[in-house]
Amino acid sequence: MDKILAFITGTQLWKSLFRHGYPDTPRNRTLAVLSNVVLHLHPVKVRRSGIRLSYTWCMGGLTFFLFLIETITGLLLMFYYRPTAELAYQDIFALREHVPIGVMREVHRWSAHLMVITVWLHMYRVFLTGSYKPPREFNWNVGVILLVITLLLSFTGYLLPWDQLAVWAITVGTNMARATPFIGHEGPGAALLSFGGLNFIHAGDDVRFGLLGGRFVGEAALLRFYVLHCLGFPLVAAGLMAVHFWRVRKDGGISGPL
Amino acid sequence: MLAAAWGAFTLALAGATGATVRFLFPNVLYDPPQEFKAGFPSEFSVDAVDTRFKASHGVWIIREARGFYVLSTVCTHLGCTPNWLSADEKFKCPCHGSGFVKSGVNVEGPAPRPLERYKVTFAEDGQLLIDKNTKFQEEKGQWTMDGAYLPFVG
Repeated sequence: MDKILAFITGTQLWKSLFRHGYPDTPRNRTLAVLSNVVLHLHPVKVRRSGIRLSYTWCMGGLTFFLFLIETITGLLLMFYYRPTAELAYQDIFALREHVPIGVMREVHRWSAHLMVITVWLHMYRVFLTGSYKPPREFNWNVGVILLVITLLLSFTGYLLPWDQLAVWAITVGTNMARATPFIGHEGPGAALLSFGGLNFIHAGDDVRFGLLGGRFVGEAALLRFYVLHCLGFPLVAAGLMAVHFWRVRKDGGISGPL
Repeated sequence: MLAAAWGAFTLALAGATGATVRFLFPNVLYDPPQEFKAGFPSEFSVDAVDTRFKASHGVWIIREARGFYVLSTVCTHLGCTPNWLSADEKFKCPCHGSGFVKSGVNVEGPAPRPLERYKVTFAEDGQLLIDKNTKFQEEKGQWTMDGAYLPFVG
């Protein structure tokens, strides 16, 4: 056994991948993490209180884990789903009936529900431990935006099966958008933005029109929501999560005193 | 020199942002036609609710002895599509039970107001011309306006 190990670790392939041996001093062990592109995403050391569930509930970590689950299951779903009015419904059906492991869509959906639950519980925990107080207010605000992004991901994803629940839910939701002040054509203030009888904000150019890419929930809305759901919101969420995690790291790590 | 550079950068950034926002508002829509011809008056029976254009165009066309009016198939509660029950002489919405009589006035269920009417006129060739871009709401007293009702005795 030792001879095989000695042989493997002597090959050029091994030595090109693992250029140094096991680090032997605390300084070298720290450097091994800090100077590695994958390992440095995690802090070198974590406080003992940081892994106490009664302190942290681990809800933030669970939310991030579920986000990764969503990314992977979502990517797999993208191999079979086509975002057109003609094909969307039957592709979701096919994902259950014709594709192996027919629960991929369900796993994606359940993880989405769980992620919404964990993100609310995380917010509640942060509130209960007072971890929003100065100097941590900015990170709390970033967290609120991440909460909104999570809910928007759920909203945009809901349309994609293109069934009755989806179409009418998004109809009601976007009908609310047209009542927004100033930028919605049925909201207060829209009538003020008209000159010489010409409405600047009308059904054809208000925020609801921009959201739907049209006047009704149709194929344009499906494609827009698909792009937002798969690319737009995840990219924004990833960027904001980087800020959110970095802020915790900068303050000395999770579950630390001020 | 530096001010000019920053100015140019700001202008470019503002321009790019504006262009991106404008990009998201399409100039051409692929919707079903909002204005369409529904046939000649003789194709409609008196006192009948015509459901031939319900699925394709979202309208009911009702002919009375005096003339025509056109109802929207969008329930005024939350936007589902009601069904015309000829035996009960009313429109009934399957979602939450809103009920409307033949004129479109809400009589039962959670609907807060009557069904909307669309503008109906005669096209040049004599066919009914329905314009869904113009709607008339009874609760605003608009059913007596021009276009909400098409007088025709034939």
